[in-house]
Amino acid sequence: MTAPAHSIKRGVSLYSFQEEYFLRTLSVEDCIREAAAFGARGIEIIPEQMIPGLPRVDDEFVDSWFSWMERYGTTPVATDLFLDTKRHRDRWLTLDEQVASFHRDIDIAVRLGVSVVRAIINTPPEVMESAAPYAEDAGVRLLLEVHAPFHYQHPWILQHLEVMHRTGSPALGLMPDMGTFVERFPRVVSERALRDGAKPELVDLIVRTYDEHGDTHALMDVVNYRGGGPVDFGLARQATHYIWTEPKSMLEHMPLIGHIQAKFYEMTDDEIEYSIPYDRIVPVLVEGGFDGYLSSEYEGNRHIQDAFPVDSVEQVRRQHAMFARLLGETTGEDA
Amino acid sequence: MFDQYIVCEEGFRPLDDGRTGGVVEVRMPYYRGLALSMVEAVDLVLDGRPVPPSRTTFTVHHNTYTFDQLPGTTDDRWEMGERAQLAFETDEPLAPGEHDVAVAVRLRISYMPVPGGGRDSKRLTLAA
Repeated sequence: MTAPAHSIKRGVSLYSFQEEYFLRTLSVEDCIREAAAFGARGIEIIPEQMIPGLPRVDDEFVDSWFSWMERYGTTPVATDLFLDTKRHRDRWLTLDEQVASFHRDIDIAVRLGVSVVRAIINTPPEVMESAAPYAEDAGVRLLLEVHAPFHYQHPWILQHLEVMHRTGSPALGLMPDMGTFVERFPRVVSERALRDGAKPELVDLIVRTYDEHGDTHALMDVVNYRGGGPVDFGLARQATHYIWTEPKSMLEHMPLIGHIQAKFYEMTDDEIEYSIPYDRIVPVLVEGGFDGYLSSEYEGNRHIQDAFPVDSVEQVRRQHAMFARLLGETTGEDA
Repeated sequence: MFDQYIVCEEGFRPLDDGRTGGVVEVRMPYYRGLALSMVEAVDLVLDGRPVPPSRTTFTVHHNTYTFDQLPGTTDDRWEMGERAQLAFETDEPLAPGEHDVAVAVRLRISYMPVPGGGRDSKRLTLAA
């Protein structure tokens, strides 16, 4: 298969290695080295995950960060910000405080040499609008993650699109999370529920309803009517939280799309994602002229860690072998 | 997520400051660090008996807090995967040998409508 000409690049969010980082079996440097080994050139990092002492980022970390980039031939691409509106127990952050939180994260992005910042899905549109001038001055784009269960027709996303189109700020855009294209229910999730004691007939009902793209609105209720317990309810809720939409829904928003979070739950032995049809997603990105990074986001560890060894490196390697194939690269692994 | 890693297998030991009680090391069941103001509870049940939060303290990277102080602490963090020390007082000295240690962590995660966190229990051997 030969892919048409494109400028899509491969990257890795170090989020993918959260299991190993949590257990201190991989350091930040190890994560970067592993990503580079299978040809990923763009590095995305969640500062709140891997930079102790935030919001302070000391010179020593910054020096190390750039020396790792040089050593492994990688480029800093993106950071992911959070907006802790509930930072205080007794009150919501004010708009000014929320904007200040964004400014702080833009400063961190500049320190780390990235030009893309993931704005988390709970960011109110007015915060994006208020933070845009600061981002513009800093040369950073704030990209709202379009994360399940949201999609491009959802009112929350439409309000954000209204701000982006009305202001026309070059600093604002979108970061689609491929978890919005979950075509069939991730089996690592349903199998975990079974291990946790879910009733097989209810798991079957939930998975079948999802896979048939049926009506999931009342699943939690039906599972309750059928004698389900907390594990069954949890799985039913998951079925309302994953969504399937046509990947082509990204096309009309392409000018706003600056980065892709290539979420995945399970790369199988034959190097395909069990739930998310990347073979139909990548062509849409090519067709739309996307020229940013496909940034791996492995999120399967939490569903298998109770029973199986987690090998995030192997999972991301498989995803990049798939990307290399879908992007028409001649070699997948040691490019 | 990460629930099974909350209670650390290592580091369960008696207090060494003359008081009766012990220390259990705990990790946060979440994929990033959080300011301590968003750590709503780290509840300990020892051998089936709840230990009141007023008899526990919480230490991250050598900074020790009471649970009354945590809600107001926005300038220090429990980092991802960091082993915090949950120290607790008991009426009697801890018996040598094995104990049932259960810990429930409750976190205030801004993008979630329900509390975050998780729970874990392990049977730990008290270090001599």
